[in-house]
Amino acid sequence: MNLLVELGVQGLINGAIYALIATGLAMVFGLLRILHIAHAGLFALGGYLGLVITNASGSFALGLAGAMLLVGVCGMAMYRLCYEPILDKPPYVALIASVGLFIAMEELFRLVFGAYGRSYRRVPLQGALEFAGMRIKYAELGVAVLTVGLLVGLALFTSRTRVGIAWRATVTDSRMAASFGVSIAGVRYLNFFIGSALAAAAGVMVGVLNNLVEPGMGGVPSYKALAIIVLGGLGNLNGTLVAALLLGLVEAYGSIYLSKVLDRDSIAFAALIAVLLVRPQGLFGLRS
Amino acid sequence: MSAYEISLLTLVGIHVMLALSLNLITGFCGQISLGHAAFYGVGAYTAALLAKAGFWMWATLPASVVAAGAAGLLVGFCSLRVRDDFLAIATMGAGFLFIGIVRQNDALGGELGISRIPDPGLEAGGFLALVLLFTLLVIAFCVYLKRSWLGFAFDAVAADEAAAQTIGVSVADYKLSAFALGTALAGLAGGLYAYYLRSVGIEAFGFPVSILILAMVVIGGMGSIAGSVVAAVLLTLLPEWFHFISDYKLLVFGGLLFAIMRFAPGGLAGWAADLLAALKSRT
Repeated sequence: MNLLVELGVQGLINGAIYALIATGLAMVFGLLRILHIAHAGLFALGGYLGLVITNASGSFALGLAGAMLLVGVCGMAMYRLCYEPILDKPPYVALIASVGLFIAMEELFRLVFGAYGRSYRRVPLQGALEFAGMRIKYAELGVAVLTVGLLVGLALFTSRTRVGIAWRATVTDSRMAASFGVSIAGVRYLNFFIGSALAAAAGVMVGVLNNLVEPGMGGVPSYKALAIIVLGGLGNLNGTLVAALLLGLVEAYGSIYLSKVLDRDSIAFAALIAVLLVRPQGLFGLRS
Repeated sequence: MSAYEISLLTLVGIHVMLALSLNLITGFCGQISLGHAAFYGVGAYTAALLAKAGFWMWATLPASVVAAGAAGLLVGFCSLRVRDDFLAIATMGAGFLFIGIVRQNDALGGELGISRIPDPGLEAGGFLALVLLFTLLVIAFCVYLKRSWLGFAFDAVAADEAAAQTIGVSVADYKLSAFALGTALAGLAGGLYAYYLRSVGIEAFGFPVSILILAMVVIGGMGSIAGSVVAAVLLTLLPEWFHFISDYKLLVFGGLLFAIMRFAPGGLAGWAADLLAALKSRT
């Protein structure tokens, strides 16, 4: 019984990480219909920046905030320099460009920071909480708190502030929003900033959880995040969150029971294909 | 020719077939597949397993083709209901699924793969000739296909599915055909690869390889047969020629992919077409 609950908790924590990554991805996809694979690179960049800043300054808060801010800006730059010029081309152009960008970023990380990964000098959020016979690390609690905080913040932002509502309007119908005076370019920059900052937060937390930041860390979580946004439905942020948490749980339990057939990382894709066969619009998508 | 050159040319031939096979699905029929390496892998593993069980190459190669084509039909079924962006992710998922299943099953080679595949009985030069023969056949097939009625239907599906459906083109059937044909050809390339390398392992069929194959098609120019051939040759030979940048190989590759998409999304074929048009307008 305890094992099941512990697995569940682990699954939810992983799901929270996936949710942070997938939300950013869903935001970009929902707005621009681009599969922003380079998002994985921003995730890893966040991990590296968080580590570098924390090691240099001694303050984890500064590391986390700094990483989110800087990566957010990088995300905006990525939009301006890489995606904006090719928005009018067929979708595979942006997809391949993004892949090329991601490969180049991974290599840059390897060349600059070394192939074997870096660790925190003093790992933040050490220690664990014991209750009900289970052991939950403070870092894991940190993930949960951070995710809830950031996503609730995002939800409030998009429903209570003018800028947030303008963003939602643009996602729904950009021409209509433009005719109401919303700056489409501004919304796009904001979109990339928020999405990238969320990915950076995820990157920092994964770095803390494993005490290791390595150049290839972005790949697998981001491919799963792609599966998640499909499962969650076209750009549907709520659906994405639920799908992310569900996937975390499915992976946790599935890897125990399916280990003879499938390795852990493929569970996400098996689930994806299974769902798509039955519901091609994803779990929460609307049938178009 | 030295053994090294023979070996390299054999790989070039295999890659050309691979690129053309994806070009059929993605370039001719407009279905974006991010998991093509998995079908390459199905072909390779089929040939490997059958060869180790004692079958001759003339039996294992057709089996590779059929197995990969069948797998393609299966994935094609998924593609029937989802469009564009979702299809890309679903095919990517299929690719990861293949790797995941093989990795966990020792009967299929597991983490270490299958090695010591029996020699097909041809010498290196003879095998090269066989591969080149198959390559030429595949090129001829693609040229024929493009000008055929089937190619015309593929064109229609690629351009506008809804419109094609309304004029009576059975979109679902043609998508399935494209997948089956393209993956079958990839299976052929895979079978030949198994005999070329005499061992198969999952690292040769993962997502990065899928991206490499897609890069060949896109850099060559989507839909262009000549483009796919040239790009496959270049992308196979360039890493060998530029060995001195081996540490920066991937960085250059990534940067190149991005730059071509950013500045010349029509690929080599598009660039060649522009060049020709510019020359014509001068005279």
